[in-house]
Amino acid sequence: MSMATAVFYLIALITVVSAGMVAFSRNIIYSAFSLLGTFMGVAGLYVFLGADFVAAVQLLIYVGGILVLILFAVMLTHRITDVQITNRAAGRIPALIVVGIFIYLLIEAITATPWVKAKEVVYAATTAKIGDLFLDTYLLPFELASLVLLAALIGAVVLSRKEIKE
Amino acid sequence: MSPNELSSYLIIGAILFSLGLFTVLTRRNAISVLMGVELILNSANVNYVAFSHFGSGNADGQIYAIFVIMLAAAEAAVGLAIVLAIFQLFHTIDVEAAETLKD
Repeated sequence: MSMATAVFYLIALITVVSAGMVAFSRNIIYSAFSLLGTFMGVAGLYVFLGADFVAAVQLLIYVGGILVLILFAVMLTHRITDVQITNRAAGRIPALIVVGIFIYLLIEAITATPWVKAKEVVYAATTAKIGDLFLDTYLLPFELASLVLLAALIGAVVLSRKEIKE
Repeated sequence: MSPNELSSYLIIGAILFSLGLFTVLTRRNAISVLMGVELILNSANVNYVAFSHFGSGNADGQIYAIFVIMLAAAEAAVGLAIVLAIFQLFHTIDVEAAETLKD
């Protein structure tokens, strides 16, 4: 087993175990911090797939932005230490059966399909290619994205401010 | 399972999706439900980038992944703002307690 394969196994393990912690942990703080492992692991998978820019974006936005936002929300809603209130889970057995059947079918389909073999992996920088595509083929979605972000910004401010009753 | 097989990435994506689905189905805390949604979006992203790498070889899949990350950021901002608004109104973020449209 080569070094790269070992690192791949480690990253896959971190990703899946952290996601399991998110799903099964009794404490919401543990759930929130386990998301860190999942996001970092997925960024590592992007590196293995030769997507350096997406990996950097994943680290910046997911770890630096969304995770901090989630932690803020966890801390701002009080009684976080009371597990019964904060991270209650219901209907675990039916959900486990449904999800179990679902993942069995998915993995069966994935392993049964003859996928194309990997080409020679070229680890070249993809940033220039992505920039060209953003300002050429995907110009309209790119501009719409800025509009969506502006709307989300204003929407978040409007929703979270205190309502002043007359 | 090896780093240069497409199916290993797809299996990791499938596991992430299932765990996210499980989180969304079972959790009664609105923030935990949002965490499950983030897991599902991440699994979709892994699939996008993996197919982009093993399939055509161009960067289209990576572009979609970046769009998904952008939308996830917007979703998290608005979603958590809604959670905070619900908390101010009902003094709980249990999604079953907050099922009425008006107080």
